[in-house]
Amino acid sequence: MRRGIAAAVLAAAIAVSASACGSSSSGSTGSGAKADGPVTITWWDTSDATNEAPTYQALVSDFEKANPNITVKYVNVPFADAQTKFQTAAGSKGAPDVLRADVGWTSGFAKAGYLVPLDGTAATADSASFEKQLVTQAGYSGHQYGVPLVTDTLGLMYNKALFTKAGITKAPTTWDELKADAALIKQKDGVDGFEFNAASYYAMPFLYGEGTDMIDSTSQKITINSAAAVKGIDTIKSLLASPGVTKLDTTANAYATMMDKFGSGKVAMIVQGPWETTNVYKGSAFSDKTNFGVAAVPAGSSGKSGAPIGGHNLVAYAGSDAAHQAASEKFIAFMTSAASQATIATKNATLPTRTDAYTSAVTSNPGIAAFQSILTAGVPRPAVPEYSSMYTPFNTELLKILAGQESTQAGLNNASIAIKKLLPSYATQ
Amino acid sequence: MTVAVQGRARKERRDREPRAGLIARLRRSYDQHWYAWVMCTPVVVVLAVLVGYPLVQGVILTFTNANSLNVGRTIGVNHIPDSYTWVGFQNYVDLLTGPDNQLVPHFVWTIVWTVVCVVLTVGTGLGLAVLMNRKMRGRAVYRMLLILPWAVPTFVTVFSWRLLLSDGGAVDGLLGALHLPQPSWLSDPLAMKVAAILVNTWVGFPFMMLSFLGGLQSIPSELYEAAEMDGATPWQRFTQVTLPGLRPVSSTVTLLGIIWTFNQFNVIYLLFGSNGTDSVQILVTYAYQLFFGQMPQDYAGSAAVGVICLSLLVVFTGFYRRWMSRNEAAA
Repeated sequence: MRRGIAAAVLAAAIAVSASACGSSSSGSTGSGAKADGPVTITWWDTSDATNEAPTYQALVSDFEKANPNITVKYVNVPFADAQTKFQTAAGSKGAPDVLRADVGWTSGFAKAGYLVPLDGTAATADSASFEKQLVTQAGYSGHQYGVPLVTDTLGLMYNKALFTKAGITKAPTTWDELKADAALIKQKDGVDGFEFNAASYYAMPFLYGEGTDMIDSTSQKITINSAAAVKGIDTIKSLLASPGVTKLDTTANAYATMMDKFGSGKVAMIVQGPWETTNVYKGSAFSDKTNFGVAAVPAGSSGKSGAPIGGHNLVAYAGSDAAHQAASEKFIAFMTSAASQATIATKNATLPTRTDAYTSAVTSNPGIAAFQSILTAGVPRPAVPEYSSMYTPFNTELLKILAGQESTQAGLNNASIAIKKLLPSYATQ
Repeated sequence: MTVAVQGRARKERRDREPRAGLIARLRRSYDQHWYAWVMCTPVVVVLAVLVGYPLVQGVILTFTNANSLNVGRTIGVNHIPDSYTWVGFQNYVDLLTGPDNQLVPHFVWTIVWTVVCVVLTVGTGLGLAVLMNRKMRGRAVYRMLLILPWAVPTFVTVFSWRLLLSDGGAVDGLLGALHLPQPSWLSDPLAMKVAAILVNTWVGFPFMMLSFLGGLQSIPSELYEAAEMDGATPWQRFTQVTLPGLRPVSSTVTLLGIIWTFNQFNVIYLLFGSNGTDSVQILVTYAYQLFFGQMPQDYAGSAAVGVICLSLLVVFTGFYRRWMSRNEAAA
């Protein structure tokens, strides 16, 4: 009897997980509304709920005023969960009509069939005004699946007052300089000089700094466990062990803690993107906005510095019916219009994706100006739909390496095995 | 459950009449107990649909390389055909030989986690039950207080612990006041494991205590009186009267404890979340991670981990049951 209970319970547990992977039925969010009748579309916004979302919500109500037949149900989904949440929803039911998707997710979602191509629709009417490269990365196999909403790259954010107090005159340009500066700041100012956000995306500058990437798409090779990559990750390890650098924090709210510390002047430097500028300005250390400095991320031993180019596209769900899709296309066109992008840029200090949105008001924002100047040094992602999925195994192994549970080489070898599963045709080393 | 009843009945019958053929036995069983078969049918059908079918599908899945990208689906205008292939035992080979060093660390940690947690919960539960079983003032109040961690929903308990254990939380504050090291309970791998075990013990011991209290109250007090007359020391009374008297209870709750702890998803998942905390994931949370926590979702890998978990528990329970019945026969 006891064994029976155990077996039944276990079988049920497996059954629950197994039944979820049965054939996915087509998910349709719409209830067959007529093309000219009132339509309600759902938008999953992945922006920061406190600092960025109000701008988007205001734009949503502007859109509803201009289009009385369309109601937009605004849902803010935490960025960290959105990728898995959307793919789960897209496979069954409850997917939103419009999603603010990371540029890295777009081609993967398109390949999986979750997205509807937007070529020739209202959403892409203005394509010529957009940065060409950003439009290209929103495409997959000859179709455009996303419309670029914002773009960004990582930079070194620093606190000028803490620099001056420690007698440092300019931002570090190499990781070695950064180490020395951090130690000096700790010694002179008594606060930490640098904090590293332990996540694979933030480790990319260390790979680029050694002239490598997770994969080499031209020679079809997985390079995450190459000697250069090992060297890059070892740089992070030595950084974390050096004086004046905050010790590794991998708790669930590590990111928020880091931003609080930077905002209140308890950390002098962080590597971060423009989407946090508004948040930083709220901090007590930056009530005087001129105290805020942005420089390119430091360079590695190759002498080159590089940061990933990120950003977000608006994409439309393939499972929505025609009426919802038409409404979604109108909504995407509105949100990515020059006027909307200028509003987003001035309010949130993120970078617009179309040239005609760089109005004088936008470019006079010091946060935007600083990031715009380092955007040219950004490294675009290889055009591989699986690329953003590689961050997951890389992240897992990175944390183990940094916590000292694995050697750098062993950890990166494991990441390489996981990436090989995503790209079976690629060669390993 | 039904399956087990049948299994047991068949086994007992085999013990008694080893020579009867299968069909003859079935026919006799049907003649004698046809109403039992009829009454079982709905349960059997429901279980077959709800448990059997998905279980078989899950097992089949483990022999493929299915993931969220190559399983066919139709979403609006996009029709994507199935493109996953049969890979035989490749998933199991990959998992068990561990080329990416994934399953083995999780497996070892799951065993450590189960053993330590069960020892702690059963030990604490037994100790407190013995304490509670004496006549004393305010016994009801103590019992209420001790049952509280169990009565509160797990997520509330776990989230409170997360607050207490966070960097700069109450636990570290206390340790700091005592000039002891203050580990990062929620990010240092070793401290995370200790924290998980402590929280699970906190969540798990009240049930053990309650069960043992029930067991203790069923031991006739005459036995203790007789032991006292024979001049047994309190320790002797505990080992010679209490423990044997508790055997039916203790064997059941230990088995339950092992199965629950092995599959204790809530504590680990709620305490650490799913992001970036790989080293503290036990097999079930690891399987969840493979299925829901990554892109693309690894259906086949997750199902294979699930089947390995199931096999482990079935084998273990079989051995445990045999060991217990041998003990009972010896006693």
